[in-house]
Amino acid sequence: MAFTAAGSTFRDLKTLLAKASPLRSGDVLAGLAAESDRERVAAQLALADVPLSQFLAEPLIPYDKDEVTRLILDGHDLDAFRPVADLTVGEFRNWLLRYETTGESLAAIAPGLTPEMAAAVSKLMRNQDLILVASKCRVVTRFRNTIGLPGRLSIRLQPNHPTDDPAGIGSSILDGLLYGCGDAVIGINPATDSTETVVRLLHMLAELIERYEIPTQSCVLAHITTQLAAIERGAPVDLVFQSIAGTETANKSFGIDLALLKEARDAVLSLNRGAVGANVMYFETGQGSCLSAGPHHGVDQQTLEARAYGVARHFQPLLVNTVVGFIGPEYLYDGKQIIRAGLEDHFCGKLLGVPMGCDVCYTNHAEADQDDMDNLMTLLAAAGCNYFMGVPGADDIMLNYQSTSFHDAHYLRQLLGLRPAPEFEAWLERMGIVDQEHRLVSVSAKHRLLATIEESSDVQ
Amino acid sequence: MNRDLQQPARAPDTITSDAWQSLRAATSARIALGRAGGSLPTHEWLKFKAAHAAARDAVHNEFHAADLARELHDLGLKSIVVESAAVDRMTYLQRPDLGRRLSDASRKQLEAFDHSGAAPDVAIIVSDGLSALAVHRQAPPLLSALAPRLSERQVSLSPVVVARFGRVALEDEIGQLLRARLAVILIGERPGLGSPDSLGAYLVHGPKAGNADARRNCVSNIRPEGLPIEAAAETLVYLITESLRRQISGVELKDDRMVPSPPNPAALPSRE
Repeated sequence: MAFTAAGSTFRDLKTLLAKASPLRSGDVLAGLAAESDRERVAAQLALADVPLSQFLAEPLIPYDKDEVTRLILDGHDLDAFRPVADLTVGEFRNWLLRYETTGESLAAIAPGLTPEMAAAVSKLMRNQDLILVASKCRVVTRFRNTIGLPGRLSIRLQPNHPTDDPAGIGSSILDGLLYGCGDAVIGINPATDSTETVVRLLHMLAELIERYEIPTQSCVLAHITTQLAAIERGAPVDLVFQSIAGTETANKSFGIDLALLKEARDAVLSLNRGAVGANVMYFETGQGSCLSAGPHHGVDQQTLEARAYGVARHFQPLLVNTVVGFIGPEYLYDGKQIIRAGLEDHFCGKLLGVPMGCDVCYTNHAEADQDDMDNLMTLLAAAGCNYFMGVPGADDIMLNYQSTSFHDAHYLRQLLGLRPAPEFEAWLERMGIVDQEHRLVSVSAKHRLLATIEESSDVQ
Repeated sequence: MNRDLQQPARAPDTITSDAWQSLRAATSARIALGRAGGSLPTHEWLKFKAAHAAARDAVHNEFHAADLARELHDLGLKSIVVESAAVDRMTYLQRPDLGRRLSDASRKQLEAFDHSGAAPDVAIIVSDGLSALAVHRQAPPLLSALAPRLSERQVSLSPVVVARFGRVALEDEIGQLLRARLAVILIGERPGLGSPDSLGAYLVHGPKAGNADARRNCVSNIRPEGLPIEAAAETLVYLITESLRRQISGVELKDDRMVPSPPNPAALPSRE
């Protein structure tokens, strides 16, 4: 079906969506972007008049060719869709912004929304709309603590080391804990994907968490097959991690499919290691990952990204984050494009009922710097983002990019009065790491956490 | 006044220092930075900016292809200077597809290459990639260590092709035009905050347009503070001779001497 507005004609729904997408280098690279600003706005005008139900009638990637399309359409809940079923995309934006549309009404329609609907309406929204509507959504998940409650901000402690050295990783963990971070997860990206390394790191994390009774969870972000092998070898796996994308072909290039994700979820659920809940999956995504891994099927990168959240929500994850600036300037060129993408990703995820966090980040060949990251993290924290990364000094010495730091977490908590997950907050107080006013305490070298590391380095 | 970035003149009492300074010995991560309230102290913030500035300069510094060719000449290596289809740095950063193929003029130049002698075993390509600094610093010493080792083993080399604005897969087109059995590209890697001058080497057996990245072997982080020149040369000689002997490259060809094993390519971005 073709669409027309302001003298421009768009031959089908996916072309319309791509042309309506705010400018970003990845869509230009794919040859999908609007040729001019006027064409872009014409596409947005045409998109505003498209009924939401059109997205059910016209799959962007054919149903018989792509298992992600099948997952999205087979899982669609018509009853939940009913309150917005007669709206166009433009009317849907208005509906989302209404006073009467609350967190409860948004949670109720989430199963009735497809990722393509979320992506479509986001293309008509300015940044403040993306922030305001996302801030109404609350997606709360649980494993050993409770993540995503109002007024809370959690942090993934990311203690990577270029050789997976346990002392190096341990030092960064300690630094993060003593800065009040680590409630989303203590999650290591291993430099090597060997089962042996992964098992060793999992034991190290589990021992730390048990010894100090830290109400948090651990994860080693190896390939999912390596984590499955670790489970078979009896390793203490809390969460299973995987990078996912919005098409079957891109997922295949990651070495996964939906059946493998289900198998891994079943395996980790059988370990039954949670305390307050059983959300056991951790996913990462990012705009541009489909194109960098294979064909884009004529679909723009932001819509494909939203489809990845369609995959994620099926597995009831504890954590999902876009690694927004990691992919490089060929997909998101500068700070402006990274900020917009981060807000879109968070909005689409939350609207679909996904517990969305964000790796607010950039590489050294992107036109971005710390000021851009300050802007994005502040906007996302205002939008109610579930969690950010905590990397020592914002400098990941293994992955060679800049993310957010423990200091950044404390800045956001100070500025906006946000607090860690309640269970973890109580632990921080018990351990004398923060005081009653949620300020960091100046701990001495005799602090319990520091005493251990002295012991373990004596052993080595 | 000349102030060294390494040390503040005195420990000011405007910051709260961290009691776990000793842990810094265990990692190059930025830990125990201290805080002003809860924020990064001035001195640490400026150190971070200095590192970012060095990485940015590495990405944007000009590539002096002619100077490099002269240096190679002094090492007794012939070279040919070419360009990819990316016309400037900004295009290069946004259009990886253009960096993977030659400009029309450069393709014609290599098509006209005199093939009267025997086809070479190995075509070596040097490209600025994402760090001209890495290439200027590491490529001459690496080639000076590599070339004699290869000729000792009767491995023949084409002239070194110096290519501006190249991506890794440019080695396919160049290797194919030079009719080489194997191509190796030495290319500036994406700079990290603490590593603005890191060189990568990617080799492929049977270079031809459209080769999948899974067919390439990568030797990464070549710089004195990472994988030192001599060790990198030894690794490359091993991979090149094994690849030529067994006529394979990529995931099928493992470096059995090397520990640790290379990272999982699915979990890491290409660092080209």
